[in-house]
Amino acid sequence: MSKRGLVLYLHVHQPWRVRDYSVFETGVVHDYFREGSDHYAANEVIFNKVVEKSYRPMNALLKKILDSQPDFKISLSISGVFLEQAEAWAPDVLDSFKVLVATGRVEIVAETYYHSLAFFYSDSEFERQVELHRDKIRDLFGVETTAFRNTELAYNDRLAKWADEKGFKAIITEGWDKVLGWRSPNYVYRPDGTQQIKLLMKNYKMSDDIAFRFGNRDWSEWPLSADRYTTWANDALGDGDVLNLFMDYETFGENVWDDTGIFNFFETFVAEWAKNEHNTFYTITEAAEAFDASDSVSMPDTVTWADAERDLSAWLGNSMQQEAMRHLYNLEDDVLRSADMDLISDWRRLTTSDHPYYMSTKYSSDGDVHAYFSPYESPYDAFLYYMNAVRDVRYRVMDSPARGEL
Amino acid sequence: MLGWELPPHNSGGLGVACYHMSKAIAAEGATIDFVLPYSAEHPGTEYMTIHSATNLSPIHKFGMMGAYDSKYIEEHDLDKVDVNDLQTMRGVQKRYIQYVERLLKVIPTPDAIHAHDWLTMEAGMRAKQLTDAPLIVHVHATEFDRAGTSGSGNPIVHEIEYQGLMMADRILAVSNITKSIIVHKYGIPADKVEVVYNAIDVSSMGVFEYDRRTYRYLEALRNEGYTIVSAVTRLTVQKGLTQLLEGFSKAVSKNDRMALLLAGNGEQRDELIELSANLGISDKVFFTGFVRGKQWRDAYNVSDVFVMSSVSEPFGLTALEAAHHNTALILTKQSGVAETLHSILRYDFWDTDRLANQLVGIATSPALQQSLKTDVKKEYAKLSWSDVARQCMNVYNRMKIGATA
Repeated sequence: MSKRGLVLYLHVHQPWRVRDYSVFETGVVHDYFREGSDHYAANEVIFNKVVEKSYRPMNALLKKILDSQPDFKISLSISGVFLEQAEAWAPDVLDSFKVLVATGRVEIVAETYYHSLAFFYSDSEFERQVELHRDKIRDLFGVETTAFRNTELAYNDRLAKWADEKGFKAIITEGWDKVLGWRSPNYVYRPDGTQQIKLLMKNYKMSDDIAFRFGNRDWSEWPLSADRYTTWANDALGDGDVLNLFMDYETFGENVWDDTGIFNFFETFVAEWAKNEHNTFYTITEAAEAFDASDSVSMPDTVTWADAERDLSAWLGNSMQQEAMRHLYNLEDDVLRSADMDLISDWRRLTTSDHPYYMSTKYSSDGDVHAYFSPYESPYDAFLYYMNAVRDVRYRVMDSPARGEL
Repeated sequence: MLGWELPPHNSGGLGVACYHMSKAIAAEGATIDFVLPYSAEHPGTEYMTIHSATNLSPIHKFGMMGAYDSKYIEEHDLDKVDVNDLQTMRGVQKRYIQYVERLLKVIPTPDAIHAHDWLTMEAGMRAKQLTDAPLIVHVHATEFDRAGTSGSGNPIVHEIEYQGLMMADRILAVSNITKSIIVHKYGIPADKVEVVYNAIDVSSMGVFEYDRRTYRYLEALRNEGYTIVSAVTRLTVQKGLTQLLEGFSKAVSKNDRMALLLAGNGEQRDELIELSANLGISDKVFFTGFVRGKQWRDAYNVSDVFVMSSVSEPFGLTALEAAHHNTALILTKQSGVAETLHSILRYDFWDTDRLANQLVGIATSPALQQSLKTDVKKEYAKLSWSDVARQCMNVYNRMKIGATA
């Protein structure tokens, strides 16, 4: 029988933010992703900042732990748009990821190259973006992906069936109470109506203790020590099989700053966890292979890992977001027919889910999180710049040999 | 002359009107002392003497007290206002009055005091009190206009306007609409109020070749047969823009080859962005932000149709500017400028069906569009600032101390 284990999964991503791109530039210059006069949306500046605060120190720490803890394993999903920016501005960071993967104990998880919500708009584009990501991972890391995560862990039964048919061994999503009911996220499940694939669900309580609460001085448990968290983790898993800690990679150093002790905390926690002889670590695919499904789970409605609602409302909740996505995906056929690689790439960069996220007008407690992550003055500015970019793409389609119509 | 802004430091039409009016009045031989609440360079104003009541920069003025922002006025009694508090409109107004008091001691007693809008009415009354010179109050907008459809406005500002209108020896209103408000809402005798329409100074607009480059995407739409509709305006409730969006949306449902350019900025912007998304027309609505110079000029140039959708517009100079740039005009019946033009289409600001019909009509009939454009050109240029100046001089002369009205 397999040991109970920790499934650590970190998501690595940076979008190509649209700069302050105006009506006056639409149809004239096409450099939406370049640094504009508004430094907030400067991709290179932001990328380099996060490299310093998060990617370099965290990759160094992961390497150190892999070297010192023979059982340690971790899974990463790295978006294609992150990889593009790393290639351009921080090749050493890319190399450090390669070093991690080369240990054989770091699994790369499949996803859409452009970190998009294409699954909800266009099956064909969704599949192409998954293919593009698979190719990119193969090229850079020399590995084949066997587990799948959709953008924002957005998941439903239809997605599970698709991933099953494509031969993925595992898929992950949020362990949301409304879906789980009496069930625990600490087991491996079988998505309803699938043959082979297994479903792993995020233990959001334990994950969010690190990702959202660790650095919060107003939290009743602050400051949280690694010892105490290890006790919680051991208790939380209990007789279960897997403790699924899923979070953004940038939790470490960017969302939660170094001065909170987050790096030390992580290192100590991993060491403490490993001390318990009943414990081990699994990658996502390994966990799916190590345990039988304890039950089947049906999720007809889409669940995500965001906000109190755990739905897509942070991305597609208001009419601006819906309009922006509608106009973008309406261009799909014309853009692809153009065979203009720059145009296609720019259009695909606009499919990244961060764009509609910046347009969110949810001003509840969740809205604060949105504001923190937005480089724009307001969701309305985000919308205007984005729509100008979409129109410019349409303008370029017009100019291309396979001419469309405005 | 007591004013609140002049180009290039204006946030709207008041400054433009004051500039051209004072220039034309000076050309009629008058000597003008023009008082402003801020300090700045004003090129092209050598025809008069500009006095700055404070050392505030005009940027401060835009930030803290846009010339039109009356809703934050909280204190009527100037005795209770701290004259050193230049963060509030009332503080600046008190300082402005004190400045006028001092100025009147060093310049010759004026033949007339010409005060523009509520902003300077109290200073005008004080000047009249000190000099016994006649007070002419020039009404470009009342608080009822500024309030739009959202109630009747700030009661303190109403009170100041009421006092100013009562104390004035003569009132100039920029349209019959405005005169009617003064008579009916403030109870002023109609024979005390004279209508003086604004004008357009075509020569000051310069001669520019339109190069079709500023709004390249909109030009591309035009080439595709789209009709470009525009409004050059502050984005505020007074301007009836939610109704414009609704009318435009209805028009688009009949004829989708239309785009709407909203050139300007204002506190209603976000609401309008959201509304256009709710109506499903956000792809056809273009927000430029505040425009000047070429971007401003070309907002007219790129347009086929100009809409003035105001709920309450005392005059509406932009309609004349638009006519000058060869556009067909659709104006609300609540816009004063509509009184001066015939070759236009009119609608009530709330009648979005009618607006939609007119938009579709112009978009689908090249003949209608062309005749509106051509015919209005014969009309707008008849309104000249020298006529305005002569009317003002006439009023000054009649009001002179000792003269009989």
